[in-house]
Amino acid sequence: MSDRQPTTDRGRIRIVGFDDADSDRPGDATSSDDGDGSLAATAEPPAGRTDRPTADTQSRTGPTAGASRSGTALEGPGSRSAGSWQRFRRDRTAMAGLTIIVVMAVLAVFARPIEVSTAEYTMTLQPVSLAPYDPAQPFVGPANAPPSWDHPFGTDWAGRDQFSRVLVGGRYTLTVGLVAVSLALGVGIPLGAIAGYFGGWVDEIIMRLVDVLYAFPFLILAIGTVAILGRGFWKLVVALVVTGWIGYARLLRGEVLSVREREYVTAARALGIPDRTIIRRHVVPNAITPVVVQATLNVGTVVLTAAALGFLGLGLEADTAEWGAMLSRGRDSLLQGHWHVTVFPGIAIFLFVLAINLVGDGVNDALDPHRDASDDRRRMR
Amino acid sequence: MSLGRYVLTRISVAVPVLLGVTALTFSFIHALPGDPIDALVGFRSVSPATEASIRAEYHLDRPIWEQYLLWVRNVLVLEFGESPITGRNVAATVGRRLPATLALGGAAWLLALAIGVPTGIVAAVRRGGPADELSRLAALAGIATPNFWLGLVLLLIFGVRLGWVRVIPPDAPLASLAMAKFMLLPTITLGTASAAFVTRLLRSSMLAELDAAYVRTARAKGLRERTVILKHVLRNALLPVVTITGLQLAFLIDGAVVVERIFSWPGMGRLLVRSILQRDYPVIQAGVLLIGVSIVLANLLVDIVYAVLDPRIRY
Repeated sequence: MSDRQPTTDRGRIRIVGFDDADSDRPGDATSSDDGDGSLAATAEPPAGRTDRPTADTQSRTGPTAGASRSGTALEGPGSRSAGSWQRFRRDRTAMAGLTIIVVMAVLAVFARPIEVSTAEYTMTLQPVSLAPYDPAQPFVGPANAPPSWDHPFGTDWAGRDQFSRVLVGGRYTLTVGLVAVSLALGVGIPLGAIAGYFGGWVDEIIMRLVDVLYAFPFLILAIGTVAILGRGFWKLVVALVVTGWIGYARLLRGEVLSVREREYVTAARALGIPDRTIIRRHVVPNAITPVVVQATLNVGTVVLTAAALGFLGLGLEADTAEWGAMLSRGRDSLLQGHWHVTVFPGIAIFLFVLAINLVGDGVNDALDPHRDASDDRRRMR
Repeated sequence: MSLGRYVLTRISVAVPVLLGVTALTFSFIHALPGDPIDALVGFRSVSPATEASIRAEYHLDRPIWEQYLLWVRNVLVLEFGESPITGRNVAATVGRRLPATLALGGAAWLLALAIGVPTGIVAAVRRGGPADELSRLAALAGIATPNFWLGLVLLLIFGVRLGWVRVIPPDAPLASLAMAKFMLLPTITLGTASAAFVTRLLRSSMLAELDAAYVRTARAKGLRERTVILKHVLRNALLPVVTITGLQLAFLIDGAVVVERIFSWPGMGRLLVRSILQRDYPVIQAGVLLIGVSIVLANLLVDIVYAVLDPRIRY
């Protein structure tokens, strides 16, 4: 439970009393390595429990100065890590979002059997098939049929079962979102940390590159990358990583700039710990929180961009059962009056992105209660 | 720091970024797989004479940095050559499409402010109440709705089912009543997400301002709550909304690419997508450069306006 201990306890050298939060509470500074949950519980006066609903509402709708002040009073330094999950659990809308995502992920995984085939034989990893038809199989029913018992979401122009396609489409959306954001974090975090920690010409070069890339809108940059690389799953991911890392690098650099001035970093430097270790163990863990929040929200942005590319015919191949690509013929079908072709994939995207945003708000409140959840600048990128 | 010095510093930061933007756009054609000459002739087989003339026109025989400088010199006088696909002048093509996108983007931006500012004020003033919760859900829904889907659904309801609006633009000049009526749906499609952002941003900045000491003073001296909110709080809370103008511009351009395709709107976005599908690279290059430069300039302008409005920012 206490796997994310305060940084003062990390590494070979234990430095106590430098953290701002610790110095505020001298009694707790030494005891922060025991059960964090119990510490949070004892630190919380009973009054905090009785008006839980109002506290919840405030943290959910974005803390005001008053709410964050009471937050500091209620939560000890140890609860910052251990209490995060507790806070997240209490956030009902965030849990609703998480439920939607889990359900969609389960549906996507069990939509069709997953098989690994080599030249010799085929191994089935996952035998369940929730989808009634093969999503790529044409003319399992009449073309453009409206929803019916056989085809709950109707069929598309080639007579393929829309219900199966929407279920399987979740695979592309979820994997593109997760893979692209993870890879973008893998690029953005090191570059942002290096730029912020070392400063100087390294910082200049990285941040000017970030500025240049920031001059192009997300989708335009992705379209340009696709134009160079061509279409396909991994090319799409690369396009989304190219546009994604800049946000994390910029955000982390800003945080690192303030973290590197803290006493524990100075102390670590004075003790001769190599910069590499200081960055990995002390600087990044203390600066990462806003990046985690942004990355959560960005899964939604990335999914929307991938779907927009699919809609424009620039994402995955046009016949792929990807939600955006399924809409690319939507306009023509729509003008012929086939509403169901458009509506269902769109609802799927909407639900997923909405759920991600709910979870992102919850992660923000849980990890970083003092920052305002409704700073929606982050959602635009 | 005086305002003049601040502006100069800010411009000196923007210049290398502008150079980077031009360099990135320039290298686009060279980053494509194969010989850039293929991209420049539109992937057709051409006679050696034509190829030689194009090579000379784009100075492809010179070293790459020299090509870049020559290209920048042409760009500065808006000379982008001719499209290998349509044979038309690239600068003229882009220029003809620009007003339509500006009109659509401007309308969407106005809509976003018209919806976002009042909603943000109400949400902040009634913090925690049902109106606040409702606006939060509406804003989240607005952000989560894919704009291409919203456009299609609006088109389905109002264009196909009810038949209130046309599904393709009327053959009328941009500044006409028929066109204004047609622009309604694209504007709503494009402006919805922006309105959601403005709402949330204004709400959070209003909440921060409402705690300030001057608000207590204003209330203590007996000003009506309405005056306190609209005259004192709102004026300060609007500053963050100004700063996201550059971000909004980028966001609206992204949206325009999609929305223009749905509504067959003859703007930059549709031109870009068509050019990508037709591999009309000189047009893509010109369009992307125009977008990049306008965003850098918009951000520069926003920073300067911000410094004028809020003297504390000139650190």
